[in-house]
Amino acid sequence: MAADGTYAIELKGISKAFGPVQANKDINIAVPRGTIHGIIGENGAGKSTLMSILYGFYKADAGQIFIGGKLTPIPDSQSAIRAGIGMVFQHFKLVQNFTVLENVILGAEDGPLLNTSLAKARQVLESLSRDYELDVDPDALIEDLSVGHQQRVEILKALYRQADILILDEPTGVLTPAEADHLFRILKGLKEQGKTIILITHKLREIMEATDNVSVMRRGTMVATVKTAETSPEQLAELMVGRKVLLEVEKKPARPGDVVLRVEDLRVRDEHKVERLKGVSFEIRAGEILGIAGVAGNGQSELLAALGGMMRATGKVTLKGQDLPLSGRGSDGQSRRRAGIAHVPEDRHHYGLILDFTAWENVAFGYFNAPEYQKNALFMDNKALRQDTARKMQKYDVRPPLPDLAAKNFSGGNQQKIVVAREMEQNPDLLLVGQPTRGVDIGAIEFIHNQIVALRDAGKAVLLVSVELDEIMSLSDRIAVMFDGRIMGFRDPDRTDERELGLMMAGMAGHGEAA
Amino acid sequence: MDRLPRWADVVLVPFVSLLLAALISALVLLSIGQSPVQAFNVMVDGALGSAYGWGYTLYYTTSFIFTGLAVTMAFHAGLFNIGGEGQAQLGGLGVALVCLALPWPHWTLALVAATLGAALFGAAWAAIPAWLQAKRGSHIVITTIMFNYIAAALLVYLLVDVLRPAGQMDPASARFPAGANLPSLNEIPGLNLIFTKGVPANVTLFLALAMAVVVWAILWQTRLGYQIRAFGKSEPAARYAGINPVYIIMVSMLMSGALAGMMSINNVMGEAERLLQNSSEGAGFIGIAVALMGRNHPVGVVLAALLFGFLYQGGAELGLWTSIPIEMRIVVQGLVILFTGALDMMVRMMLTRIFGLFRSQKLGAA
Amino acid sequence: MDYNTLLQILDSTLRLATPLLLACLAGLFSERSGIFDIGLEGKMLAAAMASGAVAFLTGSVWVGLLAGIGASLAFAAIHGLASITFRGNQLISGVALNFLASGLTVLIAQSLFKQGGRTPPLTGDARFNPVTLPFADALQGVPIIGPFYHEVISGHSLLVYVALAMVPLSWWVLNRTRFGLRLRAVGENPAAVDTAGVSVVGLRFAAVAITGLLCGLAGAYMATALQAGFGKDMTAGRGYIALAALIFAKWRPVAALWACLLFGFFQALALRPDVVQAVVQVKVPVPFLDALPYVLTVIVLAGFIGKAIPPRAGGEPYVKER
Repeated sequence: MAADGTYAIELKGISKAFGPVQANKDINIAVPRGTIHGIIGENGAGKSTLMSILYGFYKADAGQIFIGGKLTPIPDSQSAIRAGIGMVFQHFKLVQNFTVLENVILGAEDGPLLNTSLAKARQVLESLSRDYELDVDPDALIEDLSVGHQQRVEILKALYRQADILILDEPTGVLTPAEADHLFRILKGLKEQGKTIILITHKLREIMEATDNVSVMRRGTMVATVKTAETSPEQLAELMVGRKVLLEVEKKPARPGDVVLRVEDLRVRDEHKVERLKGVSFEIRAGEILGIAGVAGNGQSELLAALGGMMRATGKVTLKGQDLPLSGRGSDGQSRRRAGIAHVPEDRHHYGLILDFTAWENVAFGYFNAPEYQKNALFMDNKALRQDTARKMQKYDVRPPLPDLAAKNFSGGNQQKIVVAREMEQNPDLLLVGQPTRGVDIGAIEFIHNQIVALRDAGKAVLLVSVELDEIMSLSDRIAVMFDGRIMGFRDPDRTDERELGLMMAGMAGHGEAA
Repeated sequence: MDRLPRWADVVLVPFVSLLLAALISALVLLSIGQSPVQAFNVMVDGALGSAYGWGYTLYYTTSFIFTGLAVTMAFHAGLFNIGGEGQAQLGGLGVALVCLALPWPHWTLALVAATLGAALFGAAWAAIPAWLQAKRGSHIVITTIMFNYIAAALLVYLLVDVLRPAGQMDPASARFPAGANLPSLNEIPGLNLIFTKGVPANVTLFLALAMAVVVWAILWQTRLGYQIRAFGKSEPAARYAGINPVYIIMVSMLMSGALAGMMSINNVMGEAERLLQNSSEGAGFIGIAVALMGRNHPVGVVLAALLFGFLYQGGAELGLWTSIPIEMRIVVQGLVILFTGALDMMVRMMLTRIFGLFRSQKLGAA
Repeated sequence: MDYNTLLQILDSTLRLATPLLLACLAGLFSERSGIFDIGLEGKMLAAAMASGAVAFLTGSVWVGLLAGIGASLAFAAIHGLASITFRGNQLISGVALNFLASGLTVLIAQSLFKQGGRTPPLTGDARFNPVTLPFADALQGVPIIGPFYHEVISGHSLLVYVALAMVPLSWWVLNRTRFGLRLRAVGENPAAVDTAGVSVVGLRFAAVAITGLLCGLAGAYMATALQAGFGKDMTAGRGYIALAALIFAKWRPVAALWACLLFGFFQALALRPDVVQAVVQVKVPVPFLDALPYVLTVIVLAGFIGKAIPPRAGGEPYVKER
């Protein structure tokens, strides 16, 4: 190809392996200058690895990178920045107790002394915020800014370094719909100025709305690159997973019984004393799944944490008519389990498992006081625990079925099955489930969904929190939408649609029509 | 990166670390014009070559088992208890107060009471840093360091101004009554056939070994140990499971402090028979090396304690019979901590590379 | 207590605070870059021995000073290797290096001089001698201020003034230069520095080297100015007091000065129990004064006086995440 510069970036034959895992296999992609190019794929498809190679975090095992038609090796981030590449990471790389200005100049200072750099940056920032709706107070500390504003600082950092190519990794995961809309306006403005934008996401809607072209990755390979206008979400979804996805879960109509959980005016403050849950009330009946929809960070995690005994709260919660203490004695996870609440936490690596512990030790996690695991008053019965684990592993098809294998050596789906097996086999009155299928392969998703429905059919109450709207729609008997620490309203899944729920998740509609 | 086989991780890594420490020690000796071979011979001869030497080696070993177990216990809760030294000194105070309180009729009674005293005082000295960590988030490494110095100052004050008998010059307590004297190995029927000369190693050795078993049982066979290990691996996960962090920090540190304090039974009650200034003689710090070397497992701790017992007795012999200063043993101790604790990753990377070479050779041959 | 006694105590306060201050600022650079260093003690000790020995052998305190800095830098390099390159446990590395220094210094001094692990006494040009500041003698007659200037401010060795000058210099470097900005950033969020295309490893090694340099000055001061030669374990826990002062000062240079002066004052008082008794009218045991810096630090750590928040990335080796 001639160095005519029609393509901002061209990758040829990029491969990268981590040990036995081939994260990228012979990737070829060409991104035309001045376009927004989407890269879509499931978790673990190799998107982030590819972008890390482009930003000099990893060295590719094979392949070439061309920037503006010129072969450009990128051994480190410095070279990427010099080549005009800017990256907005999913987890922001900002210094919390620095000002916006200090964060922007960090690594791009104009000389050994700060004064001149800061003065110059202030001017540049002013003109950038005028041009692209990127207004942020240059003297604000990062820790005082909202997530949306912090993301703008990241974009400003890239622009300040005169990036021509901007890569955004899952930029809307933490944004409200309004903030996301604002972001896409900014991106379109940047495109009009001739910048090239690569948008990595797993959300089809964003691809359809914002991109000119889209590349689909599946299990480390680039399966297709198409013009967005010439494709459909259905086609992309099929390319992504390799087969038709059937997200409908087979389930009988619910037969709700008595009220199991009643929550009244539940409030939670985080460690910075910020109110995260601002008075939430609802009830769940036996044999019913209540799904909580919402953009991540709107109080769902705190709701699970408060009910699961991980965070202090105020308000009133009763389980089968019994008051549950919300702070102090009797409000810990052990008391909750004794009361009949099981909890599949949102983040299995952080909460649900001890990765260095064996599978059997993890099966006792949270239930180490259970009588069946004790040999006598002093000692635990580790042998009984191993046998119990082997039984659960078989029932939940955990592979490999080795109780003595450390949790870290199982795949994501099998790790989640261990957690699900542990919690469901307690036969709880109430099951709390957070993001049950995050980072889990399709086969395991189906299995876990069926287990949740089976528990509900056995007459138990289920509180399901998920950011995946499809999951909420297909599993729930009733849906509550959370926004900014409050419930915006309840809906019947058969009488609502994604559009209405999406508006409620953005805080734009709701209340009324309590189901 | 490829993983090391489990046996290599458990056996080979500490062994290679030790080898590196020995190698550097030899270089140090060469550079000050001494012969490493001769030094090693003197050490082996003096520490292991006679029952008498063993009597000293085992005496040091006893102390190091206690302090090594102390570090191990806290370590499993994710806490680095660097305050074993202060806790041991306070344990010594407990032993002295118990021993001086009554004219003990028999050493067995005195031993039980002194063990309680030592454990109680050691635990008490660990309690404040533990509480500050649990409730106020004060970094336990820094607070335990501070408490080492506070303990030293406290003991100087007590020995000079309070416990010193009238008319005595050196800062030390009175001698313990005869009924509080523990039998040395040479005074135990049966063992006295082996240990014919008076040695400092005493019955406390068996208490130390028993404590190693107790620590193992607590950590791997009880609910408490399960919770301690879970908490040490991941605090957020422990909160999810309903493990009370304040309880775990307090209990594990109290046990750690008690174990450190109990080492004083060996040296204060078993050997010196009165409380001296700086009675613990750095054994609290050696516990760090012992725990690291022993991979934080009681069996490893006992073996590592024996190794350090050899090192300490051998080092003393060096000071006695050669012109190599006794401080050589501190150098070796520092090197062992460095290689097993801080440069662990380096050793692992080296071994992984070597294993990788072997594997590829095998593949090439096939 | 008369004015002269007060001046004497303040004079020794300044002398005793100097090694604390140098070591404290040393720790400040390391810890602000995210590398905990409880090995200040060992580096000071190594520097004290090296400077004492070399100053004696060459007869020049300046060569001795260089040797001290060199020894301290060598220890800093090992700490950097363990905690930055091999991402080992920084606390354990510090502990190990303290032992290593404690043993090696005696070993080397003994093999060089055969005087029980000491270096021979230093005299003349092998020591840093007192510097009389301009007008000190002339102003001596001025009431109050004159004697204060003459006794307390003037008449110290050069390194005392170097230490004092390091305080504003450190502040300026940290807050007004590119290097300082990056250094603070790498201690708070190394990922931010890395993605900005600046080497985390390079910055941290630079910080650890500064720590080595300043600990070198502190140790050399101990052996060639405060005292005349090296003696076994002569730093006597000063590295830990400096660490305490650093926490007391909440990792800020100017506050570090006040913290070190306060702790130096306690040390000066411990040398004069008679004065303490005269002032407070009760016998205060010397060990109590010895323990005071540690007790105060624990109180600060407990958050009863303000809250000491260490650099956010402190103690954590940096591993690039995907």
